[in-house]
Amino acid sequence: MAFAAVVLSQTFAEFLPTLTTLAAIVEPILLLSMVSLYLLFPLLNQRPYWQGIIGILLVVAFISAAFCLLVNRYFIFDTILSMPRAVLLALIAAGLVLYYFHLMQRAYSPAIAEARLQALQARIRPHFLFNSINAVLSLIRSQPKRAETALEDLSDLFRVLMADNRELVPLSQEIALCKQYLNIEKLRLDERLALDWQIDEATLDALIPPLILQPLLENAVYHGIEPLADGGRIIIDISSKHQDLLIDISNPYAPEKDHHSGNKMALKNIKERLQLHFDLEASLVTHHQGGRYHVFIRLPQHTQP
Amino acid sequence: MTEAATTLRILIADDEPPARSRLRDLLAELPDTHIVAEAKNGKEAIELAALHQPQLILLDIRMPVMDGLEAAAHMQKLQPAPLVIFTTAYDAHAIQAFDLNAIDYLLKPIRAERLQTALHKAQALLPKQLDALKPLQKKRTHLSIHERGKVILLAIEDIIYLRAELKYLTVRTASREYLLEESLTHLETEFAGQFLRLHRNCLVAPQYIVGYEKNSGEGENQWVALLKDIPETIAVSRRQQHLIKSS
Repeated sequence: MAFAAVVLSQTFAEFLPTLTTLAAIVEPILLLSMVSLYLLFPLLNQRPYWQGIIGILLVVAFISAAFCLLVNRYFIFDTILSMPRAVLLALIAAGLVLYYFHLMQRAYSPAIAEARLQALQARIRPHFLFNSINAVLSLIRSQPKRAETALEDLSDLFRVLMADNRELVPLSQEIALCKQYLNIEKLRLDERLALDWQIDEATLDALIPPLILQPLLENAVYHGIEPLADGGRIIIDISSKHQDLLIDISNPYAPEKDHHSGNKMALKNIKERLQLHFDLEASLVTHHQGGRYHVFIRLPQHTQP
Repeated sequence: MTEAATTLRILIADDEPPARSRLRDLLAELPDTHIVAEAKNGKEAIELAALHQPQLILLDIRMPVMDGLEAAAHMQKLQPAPLVIFTTAYDAHAIQAFDLNAIDYLLKPIRAERLQTALHKAQALLPKQLDALKPLQKKRTHLSIHERGKVILLAIEDIIYLRAELKYLTVRTASREYLLEESLTHLETEFAGQFLRLHRNCLVAPQYIVGYEKNSGEGENQWVALLKDIPETIAVSRRQQHLIKSS
């Protein structure tokens, strides 16, 4: 923030004609602003960003106003300075500089977005992990082959969950992972879990952020299937339309039996990750209709170059 | 099959077949245990418990139809009330409540040694412990009626109205009336949105109201609600008459 004042002088120097008198007016304001902002830096730095901005603007306005008053009072220059004009100019210059810094920061720190992506990586429910291990344990004696497959699926799933998931992956890869996940769920829920895959072949190469589908299916199982004694059907419908990839996942909707807090977290997480990858080009909406709960995702359909 | 007097009669309640089979395997290796029945949800657990009178129930928490916490509360009306050990894969809130109130629980995957210890020190849930679990419970799915040594479960959606009498509540379903020892105000809060308070002493399920009628008699005009499936009507108090206009 102290930097703001340094650049302030350069912009002003270019902005104003070369008149030395004017320079003599501007320079003291700049120097004073610089020194006071430098002194105030520790204080401003502790504040939230917007408070810091307001602080800087206030300091600049105050110094330019005070300087005008002083100059006009003692007739240091033969022209009378208009105070509102001087304050306004100083504020505009400071504002421009601050905006410039803001842009610079945004352009040059994808690290921030990266860090956010990493923090947003999907997390699986502990509930699922322990129930799955319990299910595998029950199979070891009676059906060792099935237990083997289940452990292989489980380890594949966790390998992806723990991997660095910032790069886009082909949809086919995510679907394969989802199928492994659902195999494990099927072990626990047996015939209570019915699945219906409706996937347009043309979408299989499309690139999507990893672990976008799996958490949605986990939600569908947890909120849609598990609360029902007789279970139900999850429908996964993936198609493309006008260069967009459309994903529609639906499950039976159980209004009273539902507790949605966990669900919202996962949805918010996926929404944010979509936004970080595709900005406004992607969307996620949910609604219930005809006794089913739907999650719709729309994202631009990119394929590997 | 003969059972020694020392054999512990156990009921297993879990919605997942592999979880039940795992408990079966473990119990098979423990001496003096006998599984009397297996239930797939809380409601079944209560019905089977009434039928088989197990001494102990291994009760999963998260189950469809009725969860383990609610089932445990209803089961306290069984005579004698069975001992309860909760089983759960992961439920941070429940575990915290259990620890705080010395309620027995087993974490899945369950270990044989841990199960054996739990069976030895299993004890009946105390009313105080049940109270501690209340905040964890979602709305109950059923009300339990204690009648002639039996426990009857009434699904909330089958209840047409609840009326406060002198000491009891009358619970009316399409088939008959039941007596319940609970407070109307408490039920009104618990099932907020599912019942209308048509009268100071009466909660009615809106889906059973077919219409309203003006009953002239006793000098004053009185609105009453007509109900589906049953001949009785429910008086609408003056204060609640705005409900008629809005319907």
